Amino acid sequence: MSAVGHYLEEGGIATASISLVREHSEVMQPPRALWVPFMLGRPLGAPNDAAFQRQVLRALLALFEAEQGPVLRDFALDAPTADTAADDGHGDACPVNFARPRQTAVPGVALAAALADEIDELRPWHDLTVRRRGGSSVGLSGLTPEQAGAFLCGFAANQPPDNFRPEQALGQSLKQVCDDLRAYYEEAAAAQPGGLGPAQMQDWFYLQTVAGQVLVAARSLGLAHADKSVRAMAERVLIPRAILNRKPSPQA
Amino acid sequence: MARLADLPEWEREHLLHLRDQAPRLEGRPWVGGPALSQRRVALISTAGLHRRDDRPFGGGATATEYRVIPADTPSASLVMGHISVNFDRSGFRQDPNLVFPLDRLNELAADGSIGSVADYHYSFMGAPFPPTQFEPKARELAGLLARDQVDAAILIPV
Repeated sequence: MSAVGHYLEEGGIATASISLVREHSEVMQPPRALWVPFMLGRPLGAPNDAAFQRQVLRALLALFEAEQGPVLRDFALDAPTADTAADDGHGDACPVNFARPRQTAVPGVALAAALADEIDELRPWHDLTVRRRGGSSVGLSGLTPEQAGAFLCGFAANQPPDNFRPEQALGQSLKQVCDDLRAYYEEAAAAQPGGLGPAQMQDWFYLQTVAGQVLVAARSLGLAHADKSVRAMAERVLIPRAILNRKPSPQA
Repeated sequence: MARLADLPEWEREHLLHLRDQAPRLEGRPWVGGPALSQRRVALISTAGLHRRDDRPFGGGATATEYRVIPADTPSASLVMGHISVNFDRSGFRQDPNLVFPLDRLNELAADGSIGSVADYHYSFMGAPFPPTQFEPKARELAGLLARDQVDAAILIPV
């Protein structure tokens, strides 16, 4: 971001950047930067908090009033707690227990059926989020969640599915499917009363759902795949480092 | 949360490694402008956002391209094609303004805090390293912003 700001400014456009990692802005020295103490992925601080988002935006825009730079200013407030419940009190009910135990190892055909069931179970919650949010961010692959699940199960079972976008590398298609499934699940979970904080959401998806199990299996297979693009994706961008670096539970 | 001291050691070390490897840019460009209440503001995201029917971000030489987001695009219809899996996306799932605050910007224009909102906004996919690779496309974008009369671009990473 700092470099883009630098080049835009050289091109005659005044810029002001949000900085999520102060240490990076200190060495890159973009023209104007506002460091915010928020988690990566949340540059405006808190979802569904328009007043707080406006506060951040006003602080960022205020940097345009500086007469010389580079300017690196700190935003004084922490984000409202990220792990608090997201229940907005709408009171809609749907009998899905996201935290229920899942099987940890099931064979290929059963895994595909379990994933299809899970996707189906989440549908009412996903519909609810789409209604509240005004749309969905699922759509990178162009596949429905059911199609994405079938693609991923086929991949994980070493029954190579057709690349649904032959013009792009198989690794990129795999990545889009994984991101779409995660988006569908996270959007569905967002509608639940009580909600899940960001860390809880990540743990839930990767460690407690059938989709997470399939994704882990697909990654394992992808690490040794004949296609270089698949190996590269499996190595770096299918599972978060926070999950891969998780120490085994002492009780395990 | 993005204070390095608060992060797990492996993530802190990764971010410090990126800092140490980051290029030092020459020169300190600075462009002035009118009062904020008269400025025309554009959003530049590096979240890999794009319209659902637009081309997905690719790899290799195409990874530093940008995607155009017209101001009348509903934020809730944007998809996030960033390649990294190591940042929170659950907030964006709840509220796209958390990452792409176009509604907030329109509110600030409506109350007179800024002059106007640009007709076009843009998104890069901010993963390529070193970030000097963005230079050609960023310079190209500066020309487009000028043609939209933009005199303030706000840059939002994830």
